[in-house]
Amino acid sequence: MVMAASETKFHVLAVDDTLIDRKLIEKLLKTSSYQVTAVDSGTKALEFLGLNNNDHHDVEVNLIITDYCMPGMTGYDLLRKIKESSSFKDIPVVTMSSDNIPSRINRCLEDGAEEFFLKPVQLSDVNKLRPHLMKRRTQTNVNKRKSMDEIVSPDRARARYNELEVK
Amino acid sequence: MDRYGMQNQIACIRRSLFDQGYLDEQFIQLEELQDDANPNFVQEIVTLFYTDSTRLIQNIELTLTSRPTNFSKLDDYMHQFKGSSSSIGAKKVTSECAVFRQYCAAGNAEACIRSFQHIKQEHAILRKKLEFYFQMMGQAAVAQTT
Repeated sequence: MVMAASETKFHVLAVDDTLIDRKLIEKLLKTSSYQVTAVDSGTKALEFLGLNNNDHHDVEVNLIITDYCMPGMTGYDLLRKIKESSSFKDIPVVTMSSDNIPSRINRCLEDGAEEFFLKPVQLSDVNKLRPHLMKRRTQTNVNKRKSMDEIVSPDRARARYNELEVK
Repeated sequence: MDRYGMQNQIACIRRSLFDQGYLDEQFIQLEELQDDANPNFVQEIVTLFYTDSTRLIQNIELTLTSRPTNFSKLDDYMHQFKGSSSSIGAKKVTSECAVFRQYCAAGNAEACIRSFQHIKQEHAILRKKLEFYFQMMGQAAVAQTT
């Protein structure tokens, strides 16, 4: 049985070493009806993701939003690690920074970030996340239905009404 | 003062904070995020800012006294300071921070020290104004329930 796409809230993992910005992004995301987990470092973000994969298959992260400037692992380092990982590379990543440095922005976007937000992040920015999340969810559902069809009926001539792709 | 008089006064205080350039539209963003689930959101964030920035001020002060001047460290602290102040919409504080960073990049210790005095001043002025503003709002809230 396939769940409706709108049933579960999207889960966003927010990464920022500054407490104020963490509180802000958390509130922005909650106001937009996302479930939020906020951590203060790239290392903790990876730990959180790693734990999910091994132990809890029903807790998934649908998007990662990370600050760029963080001590130790920068947001860029985190982006790279996620995109290089076979388990997590399909999770959309958004980077944020209070500095408007075009080369930095371009590098993040070229290396897999879906968006780059300039801080302070506002509701209008958070509204831009939904299409990235919906696209993934639809893709996942299409894949799920595909495999279910194959299990239930090997007849491939049957019309596939449910393979609609949302642009 | 009656309830309506209070509301008017609060509205005036709030408007002047924007008109005089102490606050920018980011503060409005914070106000818009305040809701029944977080009825004191703005005040909480502002309080967080002052706790955090006080610590940063102390660190910057210390770094400014050591020789040779560690401009890289200063810039790091100021980057954090500027980030936080812009997150709450503290317009004057944020622009003073930007000035400091320019002097820092230029390796001008004297100018950094002078600029830092300005930052502390603006930081303190805004604190007083916001404290007064929140106090008035608190009084108005009490007046509304009586």
